[in-house]
Amino acid sequence: MNDIGSLVVRLLDETTKTSVGLFAPELVLSGTIVLMLAFRVLPGLNRIPTQWVALLGAFGSFALALCQFDRLVTGEIPPTSFFTGMLMFDQLGTFFRMFLSLFLILTITLTVLTGIPDRDDAADFYTLLIGSTIGMMIMASANHLLMMFMGVEMTSVPSYAMVGFLKGRKKSSEAALKYVVYGAGAAGVMLYGISLLAGLTGTGSMPDMAQRLGMIVSQNAGIGDATVRTILLAGLMVLVGLAFKLSIFPFHFWCPDAFEGAAAEVAGFLSVASKAGAFALLVRFGLSFTSTSAAVSEVGFSFGIGLGVLAAATATFGNLSAYGQTNIKRMLAYSTIAHAGYMLMAVSALLVLAHGKQVGLDTQGEARRCIEGLIYYLFVYLFMNLGAFAIVSLIRNQIFSEEIEDYNGLATQCPVLCFGMLLCVFSLVGLPPMGGFWAKLVIFSAVFKATAVHWVMWGVLGAGAINTVFSLFYYIRILKAMYIKSRPAGARSVRYDLFPGGVFVLLICLPILGLGILPQGFTDKFHNIADALLTQIGR
Amino acid sequence: MSPEALMSWIIFTPTLFAFGLIFFDKKAEEPMRYWSLCGTAVTFLQTLLLACSFSPEDAGIQHMVKVPWIENWHINYQVGFDGISLPLVLLTSFVSLLSMMASWSIKKQVKGYLVLFLLLETGMLGVFLSLDFFLFYVFWEVMLLPMYFLIGIWGGPRREYAAIKFFLYTLAGSVLMLIAILMFYFGSAPEGQIGSFDLMQLTAMAEKGDVFSPGLQVAAFILLFIGFAIKVPCFPFHTWLPDAHVEAPTPISMILAGVLLKMGGYGIIRIAFPLCPYGAQYAAYVLVAIGVTSIIYGGFAALAQTDFKRLVAYSSVSHMGYVLLGIAVWKISESNGAAVGRDYWLMGMNGAVFQMLAHGISSPAMFFMVGVIYDRVHHRDINQFGGLSGLMPLYSGLAAGIFFAGLGLPGMCGFIGEVFVVLSAWNFSKTLAIVSASGVIITAGYILWCLQRVYLGPEYKGPHLDEIKANPLTTRETFIGATFLAFCIFFGVFPNYVFDMTGKSMEKLVQGLDTGYQNTQRLTGGVQTTQTTQKQN
Repeated sequence: MNDIGSLVVRLLDETTKTSVGLFAPELVLSGTIVLMLAFRVLPGLNRIPTQWVALLGAFGSFALALCQFDRLVTGEIPPTSFFTGMLMFDQLGTFFRMFLSLFLILTITLTVLTGIPDRDDAADFYTLLIGSTIGMMIMASANHLLMMFMGVEMTSVPSYAMVGFLKGRKKSSEAALKYVVYGAGAAGVMLYGISLLAGLTGTGSMPDMAQRLGMIVSQNAGIGDATVRTILLAGLMVLVGLAFKLSIFPFHFWCPDAFEGAAAEVAGFLSVASKAGAFALLVRFGLSFTSTSAAVSEVGFSFGIGLGVLAAATATFGNLSAYGQTNIKRMLAYSTIAHAGYMLMAVSALLVLAHGKQVGLDTQGEARRCIEGLIYYLFVYLFMNLGAFAIVSLIRNQIFSEEIEDYNGLATQCPVLCFGMLLCVFSLVGLPPMGGFWAKLVIFSAVFKATAVHWVMWGVLGAGAINTVFSLFYYIRILKAMYIKSRPAGARSVRYDLFPGGVFVLLICLPILGLGILPQGFTDKFHNIADALLTQIGR
Repeated sequence: MSPEALMSWIIFTPTLFAFGLIFFDKKAEEPMRYWSLCGTAVTFLQTLLLACSFSPEDAGIQHMVKVPWIENWHINYQVGFDGISLPLVLLTSFVSLLSMMASWSIKKQVKGYLVLFLLLETGMLGVFLSLDFFLFYVFWEVMLLPMYFLIGIWGGPRREYAAIKFFLYTLAGSVLMLIAILMFYFGSAPEGQIGSFDLMQLTAMAEKGDVFSPGLQVAAFILLFIGFAIKVPCFPFHTWLPDAHVEAPTPISMILAGVLLKMGGYGIIRIAFPLCPYGAQYAAYVLVAIGVTSIIYGGFAALAQTDFKRLVAYSSVSHMGYVLLGIAVWKISESNGAAVGRDYWLMGMNGAVFQMLAHGISSPAMFFMVGVIYDRVHHRDINQFGGLSGLMPLYSGLAAGIFFAGLGLPGMCGFIGEVFVVLSAWNFSKTLAIVSASGVIITAGYILWCLQRVYLGPEYKGPHLDEIKANPLTTRETFIGATFLAFCIFFGVFPNYVFDMTGKSMEKLVQGLDTGYQNTQRLTGGVQTTQTTQKQN
């Protein structure tokens, strides 16, 4: 009895003294949801515009995450696990929490500008938006297989509803249904994989996993060993769930339909934010196979090679499918798939370098570069993809169309929006001096380093290079329509341009240029994040 | 102003003027044109000032500036010039100035055109002045973006096709170049240390011969060569050129032919050869063969054209073949790997640079001449022309002079480069020298035949005769044409102005390549032996 009592006391102690404080950004967001819903039912308070409450909450969360990140960097708070080891408080996780709340701010601002949820629906919409952001934040800091599943589900469920938010539209409902069915299937497989892993190791804690795996697998077990096979199978199943969130080939089928059906704002949100969370999780999961046991490392290495092949396939498939699209949101959906492929290349290189045994290679330094590249890519991707979707939604509000051919000759009517699109498109292709180029360069150089470990990575690098050229062909169609074609007579015109939409677009798009011309400060930051993560794992 | 600062001013002056254009009213077309003309003129004057600070006795890079840009990757903002890049910088600002004068024919969306034109000039000058591989790459790509729109918006009927073709070809080449950049970056430092993008350091390493393995050099050379050959363009990669040149508006055709093609040649001389001497020598025979094929193929293709501009475009393929030929005539002795008849090779190199310069003057001039007549009669069908000399005597005289320069008539600029290159080719392979020399006959064939069909014969009776009669040649056009012709003759008579500039740097380059190859072979034993040792390991 006494034991349980002291346990409860310790638990309460930990929760109140450390965990709640570290969980503050998420708590602020949760509070915002409660406030929004309360304001809606309380008489008198329902006059308060919901979007401002949401925006305030997002700012609060961002500020808290920023403070935490600063204190982590200076070493004021050491990285630690909290909520009894369920979540991890470290630079990587906190950076992504900051990233996600920044993204939330930008998305809410965009919805205010485009007015996509009307007054009655606003509270619902922002609840879903913020709810799914909390899920992503949990994904980014998950330290336990259970939290991994929780995070994925918490992200997914609100996303399903958001995709179907345009209630009157058939396409929207169809997209949402497809998304739900697919998501449920993927989550089921993932859960099965998690239970296999937990059953094998007797723990769900990711840092402990490698050690436990090392205990159950004999030192010189090869791929034929039954336990190793089970581990591989379990890992693959977990990857299915993550691949679904990342829209990795062959789990990408939901993506184009969902994006076409959803409002452009929602599509922009899903394309960037859920990727950020899922990639952070994938990195953590992949590195949890880091072990002194050769057999376990071998498993991680195989995952790296497998992910490399998947990445090449995803990038190629996404780019090739984008050719035929006439709807810009569908095209951007396929482009999202392709970009998931490029980013996956970084993770693949990371696993190959971290688990491969190569004499004479500074694997620690090179693995750092992979994470650095991945974070940089995601950071640039935030601006360039949100920028593209924001422009699509701002133009949609005026010409009521999302077909590329209806963009013909828009450059003369809305030069600012079209200039923003130009920056986004060139950055998505990866041309200097845009940020997309630098991001791609870091990832390619990481993959290049990984070629020294395994020859398959040459194929991955080649696929990345060829895809860059492929992608130009369809991206440039957007610019061709805007700049080269002339506006047909009688087409709907775009009336206002600079204010307020144009200013917002410039605010998002100019950082793309900045990230390309002066990458120094950010690469330093991301380098440190990667360094901290790898030291913490003990490599 | 110190030459160090001057270089950055040269690169960014056009950009500053492009920014200035934002404040002009959309309708103030004339002031905007004069403003941009000022921009190109100021840039040209600055390059002349830069040329004054050049000392021809110094073979190395002069007035190098090296400012850290992205420190943790060792990327620098590094610019400088030597005898190889300076003539091309001068050419760039000169051709830009004259094409800006020729841009009065652009009537549509003038402001956008001028902004893009000026940004393009920044990109071109940046490519020739940068000495950091990364910076070079950035400028190389920066140049693509305005070019796409300049062809795509202001071009001819098939402009969209031509623009995207140009863009895709060049991007494909530059992605290959990017992989080569990574190879050198990681190959230049021991594991765990930061590599280098500094072209001068990389060149020195290649010369030492023990840093880049023969396998790496061959692979990187192939990647780099394809990237640059697309730009030159050499025979199998040339198909973008006729489309792009024909569809582009006249001033942009001038820039394309005058400057952009030279970037390919410059890249080969400045980067592909010095960084992988072993790979370059390994491929020398293929390169020479490609050069000769380009000469002959381009000549025959030009013979077959009925579109005036297409003819000039194919003549560029032919003429640029001499550049590659001159660079690649590197013969070695089988026993010790030393260059055989190095002075001939040096002559070929010098000839190649001279040919780039000569073609950079004569080819834009030819495009301009085509543009002048196209502006009046609105077609370019050679078979419909004839007898223009009676109607437009001054124009026909200028055009004849310029076309003769393109033909390579002695006493004009086209002659010197071709002769130097063909002479040096004799040392390399007699067969190929004879074949390349016969290219001169084909050139004479298509140019003389073209002159005959366009300018001679019974008086022109085709479409838009009235416009010719109303305005045979404006003062502005006369000035541009006469300037070009004057320089064609000047360099034909006094080629030493160029050779004095390039001589020392070329000597150093050839010397470095020679030692680089020998060192690589001596220290690593060449490709075959390394492969076998790898297998043993």
